[in-house]
Amino acid sequence: MTQAVDQVFVTLKHSAVFHSPTELQPAVSILLSIVPVLVVFPSLFAVTTILERKGLARIQNRYGPNRVGPFGFLQPLADGLKSLTKEDIVPASADKLVHFLAPLLLVMTAFLEYSILPIGRNMIVADLDSGVVFFFAVSAAMELSIFMAGWSSRNKYSLLGAMRAVAQMISYEAPLILSSVCVIMAAGSLSTVQIVEKQAGYSGIWPHWYVLTPWGFGGFALFMIAATAESNRSPFDLPEGESEIIAGYFTEYSGFKFALFFLGEYLGMFAITGLGITLFLGGWAAPFSFLTWVPSWIWFFAKLLVLIGVFIWIRGTLPRLRMDQLMNFAWKFMLPMALVVILSAGIWRFMPAGVLRWLVCAAPILAGYLFIGRILSGGQGLEKRIYRFAE
Amino acid sequence: MLGKGIAKGLAETARNFFGSFVAEERLTTVQFPDERLIQPEATRVFPFLVYDGADSEMGLRCVACKICEVECPPKCIYIDKSAGKKPDYAGKQQFFPDKFDIDVSVCMSCQICVEVCPFDAIKMDTAFELSTDDRFAGLMWPKERLARSNSYYHSIHPAEATEVDAQLAEKKAKAEAKPVAGAAAAR
Repeated sequence: MTQAVDQVFVTLKHSAVFHSPTELQPAVSILLSIVPVLVVFPSLFAVTTILERKGLARIQNRYGPNRVGPFGFLQPLADGLKSLTKEDIVPASADKLVHFLAPLLLVMTAFLEYSILPIGRNMIVADLDSGVVFFFAVSAAMELSIFMAGWSSRNKYSLLGAMRAVAQMISYEAPLILSSVCVIMAAGSLSTVQIVEKQAGYSGIWPHWYVLTPWGFGGFALFMIAATAESNRSPFDLPEGESEIIAGYFTEYSGFKFALFFLGEYLGMFAITGLGITLFLGGWAAPFSFLTWVPSWIWFFAKLLVLIGVFIWIRGTLPRLRMDQLMNFAWKFMLPMALVVILSAGIWRFMPAGVLRWLVCAAPILAGYLFIGRILSGGQGLEKRIYRFAE
Repeated sequence: MLGKGIAKGLAETARNFFGSFVAEERLTTVQFPDERLIQPEATRVFPFLVYDGADSEMGLRCVACKICEVECPPKCIYIDKSAGKKPDYAGKQQFFPDKFDIDVSVCMSCQICVEVCPFDAIKMDTAFELSTDDRFAGLMWPKERLARSNSYYHSIHPAEATEVDAQLAEKKAKAEAKPVAGAAAAR
């Protein structure tokens, strides 16, 4: 029974393919793999926008949108209709073709990233042997589309935003990839399906997730920080810092193209969070051995929603970084820490299991964190400011 | 240690998030059309004309003395004095306004007309949802629209209205006593 519920979408697809004409079967199979992704994740985007707005409002002791539909949950629908009815303005001096292509490319690359995410047992669009590499290659194209948008708009704010975006995303790509290298080392595979299967076992009730090892925890923290920067989320939202450069690279976009940028950004965030789940949080695996009866796809989306909640929480807490702080953090903290985590993962691989392995692997990460953190927060001459006349 | 401030901040926002669901006093938002604050008694928006009794024409306290028209800083009051007279609250024959218009698009809610009126005939209203789709005729309020009963005045400014009523009753008593005193002197 649980098996049937777990595999319900897989069996549905197989029977649909089986009952279609033979010459159409490959096409039907491809279509049935892609369409759910194209439907589910944009709907998740709609849900996330309203949850984010309400969550941020609650953090600021406000109600948030509560007028459209029950508790305001039809707000995304109203927003979508509004963006559809808005005029689509293209600047006279813009590079029309590139300006048009940029949002499309962004959304397309974001969707491509989902092709290697296992969202449930046997539920993956394409099980590539080099899935993780494919993911990072595609997400690099996202930077290209952002730069296309900023460059083609012919607006100084757009260009500034695009320059910031490229500088930030390239800087954070290094720690992002390095922190996932430790998982690839441990799993011995680049295939996302195999990485998840490696984590699927349990000792007692505890799962074998990589996040529950010292190097996995460090790697996960680094990965999520880098993912925040990669998806241009607050506090790393310099490319679109509205108090500084209007709306950054999509200043000159209006109407549905603007909505597409929003969609692409959120889809990118979901995808990279999904990869983080796949690499560190056991993908679709249940968190405890006695919960394995719950369908695998529910676990994937539950983890995704929890991490999105953390993203919203962080957005409601932290102010935007300055550009030099951002770069210092990437190159002076994230990168060395990622290397330390890789070292720790290597030690973990060659030591016998036990408490000693835990200590030996946790020590360099902790020491590195304290040491580098001290340097990073020390040498900037930041002291507690004294207001002599305000007392 | 690096990250201590972030942890503190996260704790604070989490406290706010959950607190807003639990503690009523955190959510200070008044959802206006559905919920309304009780207006303080000194609220003032635009002036209105007070009338006694049930008839808004006959009971109008205004005697068309035009003091308010003259004193009004932005000059938004337009009064035409009547040809005939009608009895006021004390029974004395008085002029009354044929036309009493206030251009509320010009009015600046300064309350000077109220301060200068010797007859307590003009007071400040508290109604503020006054939008109209006609910005000329819709904002030039005639006598008929400005006239509000004394009981309405009591409902929006109870303390002030009671005081005014007492003063008017006193004046009325004096006015009634005077002819008697005059008659006694003549005798």
